Amino acid sequence: MEERGMNERIRKLRKLSQETPVHIDLERAKIETEVYKEWEDKVSLPVLRALVLKEYFSKKTLYLGEGELIVGEKGCDPQASPTFPELCCHTVEDMHIMNDREVVNYKTTEQDIKDQEEIIIPFWKGKSTRDKILADMTDEWKDAYAAGMFTEFMEQRGPGHTCGGKNVFIKGYAEYKEEIQAAIDALDFMTDPEAFDKQEELKAMLIDCDAVMILGERYQKLIRETAAKETDPVRKAELEQMAANLDVVPAHKPQTFWQAIQLYWFTHLAVTTELNPWDAFSPGRLDQHLNPYYEKDVEDGILDDYKALELLECLWVKFNNQPAPVKVGVTLKESGTYTDFANINTGGIKEDGTNGVNNVSYLILDCMDEMRLVQPNSNVQISRKTPAKFLKRACEISRKGWGQPAFYNTDELVQELLNAGKTLLDARQGGSSGCVETGSWGNEAYILTGYLNIPKIFQLTLYNGFDPVSGKQIGLQTGDATEFKTYDELWNAFTKQLVHMVDIKIRGNNVIERIFANYMPAPCLSIVTNDCIKNGKDYNAGGARYNTKYIQGVGIGTITDCLSAIKYNVFDNQNFTMAELLQAMDDNYVGHEDIFNMVANKSPKYGNDDDYADDIMKDVFALYRDTVTGRPIMNGGQYHVDMLPTTCHIYFGEVIGATANGRLAHKPVSEGISPEKFADTHGPTAVIKSCAKMDHMSTGGTLLNQKFTPDAVKGEVGLENMASLIRSYFAMDGHHIQFNVFDKNVLLDAQIHPDDHKDLIVRVAGYSDYFRNLDKELQDEIINRTAQEFA
Amino acid sequence: MHAVTNIQKFSIHDGDGIRTTVFFKGCHLRCAWCHNPETQRFTIEMQTDTDKCTGCGRCVERCPNGAISLQRIERPRGAGKQGTETVPVAVTDRSKCTVCGKCVNACVGNYRTVVGKEYPVKELVRICLQDQMFYEDSGGGVTLSGGEVMAIDNDYLLTLVKMLDREGVDVTIDTCGEAPWENFQAILPYVHTWLYDVKVMDNDLHRQYMGLGNERILENLVRLSDSGARIYIRIPTIPEVNGTPEAMGEIIAFLKENHIDPPQINLLPYHKTGSHKYRKLGRPYPGEDLTVPTNEQMEAFVRQFNEAGYRNVRIGG
Repeated sequence: MEERGMNERIRKLRKLSQETPVHIDLERAKIETEVYKEWEDKVSLPVLRALVLKEYFSKKTLYLGEGELIVGEKGCDPQASPTFPELCCHTVEDMHIMNDREVVNYKTTEQDIKDQEEIIIPFWKGKSTRDKILADMTDEWKDAYAAGMFTEFMEQRGPGHTCGGKNVFIKGYAEYKEEIQAAIDALDFMTDPEAFDKQEELKAMLIDCDAVMILGERYQKLIRETAAKETDPVRKAELEQMAANLDVVPAHKPQTFWQAIQLYWFTHLAVTTELNPWDAFSPGRLDQHLNPYYEKDVEDGILDDYKALELLECLWVKFNNQPAPVKVGVTLKESGTYTDFANINTGGIKEDGTNGVNNVSYLILDCMDEMRLVQPNSNVQISRKTPAKFLKRACEISRKGWGQPAFYNTDELVQELLNAGKTLLDARQGGSSGCVETGSWGNEAYILTGYLNIPKIFQLTLYNGFDPVSGKQIGLQTGDATEFKTYDELWNAFTKQLVHMVDIKIRGNNVIERIFANYMPAPCLSIVTNDCIKNGKDYNAGGARYNTKYIQGVGIGTITDCLSAIKYNVFDNQNFTMAELLQAMDDNYVGHEDIFNMVANKSPKYGNDDDYADDIMKDVFALYRDTVTGRPIMNGGQYHVDMLPTTCHIYFGEVIGATANGRLAHKPVSEGISPEKFADTHGPTAVIKSCAKMDHMSTGGTLLNQKFTPDAVKGEVGLENMASLIRSYFAMDGHHIQFNVFDKNVLLDAQIHPDDHKDLIVRVAGYSDYFRNLDKELQDEIINRTAQEFA
Repeated sequence: MHAVTNIQKFSIHDGDGIRTTVFFKGCHLRCAWCHNPETQRFTIEMQTDTDKCTGCGRCVERCPNGAISLQRIERPRGAGKQGTETVPVAVTDRSKCTVCGKCVNACVGNYRTVVGKEYPVKELVRICLQDQMFYEDSGGGVTLSGGEVMAIDNDYLLTLVKMLDREGVDVTIDTCGEAPWENFQAILPYVHTWLYDVKVMDNDLHRQYMGLGNERILENLVRLSDSGARIYIRIPTIPEVNGTPEAMGEIIAFLKENHIDPPQINLLPYHKTGSHKYRKLGRPYPGEDLTVPTNEQMEAFVRQFNEAGYRNVRIGG
């Protein structure tokens, strides 16, 4: 494996991070179980949750790695993965599976399995939120879930994934405590019926502040002890500085660049160990938050670009040391990766709307270029005001072909957020986190609730609500499709099926939302999210300034081409009948080569700037958006839609038979808003034009993958064309675009000789991953994404 | 109307920026190295991929003229395999084929295509404007190429460039120069840049390898240059034809003599990728004996032009 890093220190840290096997760490779960045994039913739930974090941070094994400049791990050491039995209590069988599975495995020792069996399972069995959720879902929800109509994000993870705002970089936990205490003092026990609940929530926040400060204090002592014994004077001085940093943070406002990074890292650890908020936690506009410290330190003569870059690279290693908490079942399928989706945003605009690119932005680009890690995921925000130099530097890294950075459209993001009711100031301080979903950082709980299998909903329509794959009636009986006389009849039936399925999903969501509000508060995330302290309300109970829920639509390319193929061949040109088509689909097109040929090769398809197909895409999108958007969420706020897949398009494809567009049974459906594989034949500008016909501004994020061979983007001209494509897509209000740049042969070879290509990183969906970590189908899928050759 | 073989979006080698290139069908030259033989004839024709044909016979049944039959032929084996195989494939008798296209829809593997489609000028303009957003950011536009665009119906061409000009689209013409001067003159005010092919000064060689002499081509170039047109000179470089210091020297001398000072010169190394297309059209490949210039040769020619005072000389489009 290639060694990367700006110097020997970083190369060593990075190597350790890369080569250490991911392993299960039960220390957190065991401490949590003790706390629950002692305190459950004696204290309120928020306080109980906070006591878990405090006890863990007071007792947990500390890790101080050789050469580290930033300290703290979620578990005992790098690549340790704590478990969260309160969310999902793994069975012994789960433990074996996670250890033995070929990809995304988590090493599990015999002792782990014994502990799980003797300590964890006896206490948590039947008590986890996963158990509660499954017990409270209706039969139709369970049938639809089992059939793969949708997934459920909170099934074994907590709501999360937000970004820190400015606060995270300018406030210490002693300062938060004062703020929280003031909120307690101001509680109105005479007239406010919620005063007691608010007090308990705020008390929990106070405990969590102590927890973070205890962790800081313990590290400070450990580092001073280590420094005392250190014989190398250079390292000794470093350790002394690190200990001195911990005299300031996390209790107080940082004074230097170094301290600001260390403070963020403690907050990151606290938020992501208190619960398992899928999509981790992210620092928001890291470049803008760090820039004042950078400028001051440079002026004071205590920092230069070399040192600043080194600290950033240390932070990158820290992100990479934290695998996503282990997933099982459907949740593993929708998101099969170690990546925990921390996402660094660089560039964009400042609060006052002016260009946000600064020196730290360029250092972050250098850092991602040098480190080439799947975590943290990194992206750039490009606004009309972004200098061409920054865009081209980002393109230069992107065309190296490992999928980062992704490109986001700041101007469009601001419009999305304004459309969703944010103030201008809060909208400017927003963007994407996790994958492509949009939120106002530090101000909003914006929760992805699950993926919706839109092509499968259409498939149900063709079979009168019956699902041939699961053999069950999953949808409504909307009529025998062979009797439909017009396209409109088909469309109306599909509309009913879609609304019905969204109803089932949202009914479930509303129950799950309350389960988390009632049983799984997240006081630490609440401390750093405006206005949870002011409202005395938890992040998971609607305490944030804004509350949004998303349902992510998957397969727009596939369903568009299905509708287009039927409209074109059955209704407009009478090439064959619906009955003949359904028979061909039932037979997976074997023996129906003529019909296959027409639907696969000779029908209008999305992704070619052809209005015949693209107008259908617009109809499907508008129907989906209008069915979801604006519905109330239980904690206040509204539903919105996203168009992103992670790896769910593979799973959703597995549960669908052959479709009307010639996609064969169980093959992946289209991902993001990208066209179906092989459907786009007119090059990247046509793809971009088709995608831009969707009204991105009315979503909370869309995802577009573009693949190029290296030859296509080589040289200065290639760079300029790449930058032009991005600018043009963004001028058309595209939300996001990312590039895979490589030769197909490289990937084919990597499939046969994975060991020769250990470093090969590819963009999967809203994230990058090692090619060798992907399963065969996903590898095939990436190879097959249409390679856009330049003319 | 005039037949078009291809409309290439995101074309970045035929002029400045991101472009749409329209390939018109038909050319009076027959360059031996031509890698787009489907653009040579003015008429619509049938292209069949006998290398990939599975011999399923669907097209045989659909052909109303009995022009297609299954015949055993020898062909190269599939991807990654060595040697040849003798298998039944659909062979088209081009004397009976009326290019009705019924076999195209029948072909399951998309191995049969009709080359050439006629577009009303409005429809062509609509397609050319689809990527206008990309032209504007990248400094691109529409390139009209071929075949030989200057040899098509001039009224059609004039209407087309006028309409594009009215929409503010940068029009580039890619030409070999073999057309009446009047055609050039008519569209001159609406064309931003000319990509002008110059092959070889030796007129015998020109006749031998291109089927026609170079008199009119060179005369048009001089007149175009004299009228102040912005011209990029493009030189397909083939060792047997013009890939020698002497032949290049003659081109340089001609440019100097006529005070032609192009802002860009492209030396386009000959490549053999076009040969399979001849097979699809059922024609022999006339460039079999031509060789590919080496990188060293190409770089030497660039230096030769540089030394003659031409700065912006590039290898490739």
